[in-house]
Amino acid sequence: MGDLIDLVLLAMLAITALQMIFLKDLFAVVMLFGIYSFLSALIFINLDAVDVAFTEASVGAGISTVLMLGTLALTGRKEKKSSHSSILPLLVVCITGAALIYGTLDMPPFGHPNNPIHEHVAPRYIEESPKEIGLPNMVTSVLASYRGFDTLGETVVVFAALIGVLALLGVRRQEENDVPESGFKAHHVLHVVARFFIPLIILFALYVQFHGDFGPGGGFQAGVIAAAAFILYTLVFGLSRAFAVVGPKFLQALASIGVLLYASVGFFSMYKGGQFLDYSKLATDPIVGQHYGIIIIELGVGITVFAVMLSIFYAFGSQAERSNIQ
Amino acid sequence: MFILDIISSVLLIAGVFFGFSGALGLFKFPDFFTRMHAASVTDSIATILILLGLILQTSFDINTAKLLFILAFLMITSPTASHALAKSARHGGLLTLPETQVKQQERTY
Amino acid sequence: MMTGFYIVISANNLVKKIVGLNVFQTSVFMLYISMGKVNGGTAPILVEGVTTYSNPLPHVLILTAIVVGVATTSVGLALIIRIKRAYGTVEENEFENQDDAI
Repeated sequence: MGDLIDLVLLAMLAITALQMIFLKDLFAVVMLFGIYSFLSALIFINLDAVDVAFTEASVGAGISTVLMLGTLALTGRKEKKSSHSSILPLLVVCITGAALIYGTLDMPPFGHPNNPIHEHVAPRYIEESPKEIGLPNMVTSVLASYRGFDTLGETVVVFAALIGVLALLGVRRQEENDVPESGFKAHHVLHVVARFFIPLIILFALYVQFHGDFGPGGGFQAGVIAAAAFILYTLVFGLSRAFAVVGPKFLQALASIGVLLYASVGFFSMYKGGQFLDYSKLATDPIVGQHYGIIIIELGVGITVFAVMLSIFYAFGSQAERSNIQ
Repeated sequence: MFILDIISSVLLIAGVFFGFSGALGLFKFPDFFTRMHAASVTDSIATILILLGLILQTSFDINTAKLLFILAFLMITSPTASHALAKSARHGGLLTLPETQVKQQERTY
Repeated sequence: MMTGFYIVISANNLVKKIVGLNVFQTSVFMLYISMGKVNGGTAPILVEGVTTYSNPLPHVLILTAIVVGVATTSVGLALIIRIKRAYGTVEENEFENQDDAI
């Protein structure tokens, strides 16, 4: 039964991807990419990766589609007919694909419990993490504790991406009077529904943030959901009013505070006599210390991801508004 | 339990039927607004039926509450989304099929 | 996955290239996650009475990779906007021609 669902989903995935090649309307291509992301999230759920599916649905399908649409607003939605032939790329792709398929023939059988990937490290995570860390969600304990250093690196990468986007685009504060009328200004239904929903979305983000220890969720997803709430606010009420609620300067400070919070937990545990990011030293009881450490660094991750995603959206949005004025 | 199972599978099948008819209408209908009408069938009645069917499958614990929340949110968001879509299409200058025909006739005269 | 690769090298439009890159990326994620699957296992969240879990390690790696992927995508899109402003086009052959003219 599960295999059948997998096959159907994979077939839909392939159709979506193939359709993306032939469509010339970039708007439709981006929408198909959103569909592709949601389909792959479904496949992840079928493969037991609930955390990954959650991230893919919120980050891959949500934020990146919004950002791509923002770019399309600036660059135009039609792709021009390409002049050079498509035979050579097709040949290269076929050869690479054949090589990869040949490679998969050597792969161990799918889903077999004795595959080499399950022999090393993973059993230790599965057996010891409940005792050592005491959290039901193993993904969270591996993410935040065993591989905490990696996650710090990822957070810094996200932060660096923000710096890159700001260096390339920058967020301009608009003069109040030359802001063009947003298409949704006179949209009463949207206003009412958005007012009703935004607090609920933020509440859900907080739930995801702090429930990540027990179920799927955590800082990455929560940050993105909170950013989505503010993106909705910006779309409905316009950029200048969103700047009044959370200004870009404040967000940039917030992004760095998140990274600093994460790193300072590491230094604090060094100060307590442990190694970098050794949470067991944060409290007298090692397990309680682990809990403190994970909650704080997840908070740091959440704050950074929220601030970075929203700032990037602001940067794209203010670009679009500026080109509207010109 | 047995009766509940039957009711829930009837609801699920009905939901799938409405979802399918919505998708069919999306392809068959002539212009944007009628197509949206078809799509909103999938949005409203199909999701409600499927979620109700799923609620009957749970053992009435926290999962039921979660499904009810999803149901409540969908009841509010999907009409809003349809409304916003239709309104912005209207803003963008899309016409219904009869209106386009009238316009073409005016042009030929 | 090969479709994504095809889009990356054959598409002329930079936005479409980025979409292709993302498709490519998502399929690589799928390969990783499928390796972590254990037959008869459940999601790696402790539940009483369950002993087989899928491997949590690939999940962790891919979870962070998705977020980083979006961050890098946004940098790429920002670059595209700058290219659009500098050259007035996002079609690869058009701004290459402009470069040759200079």
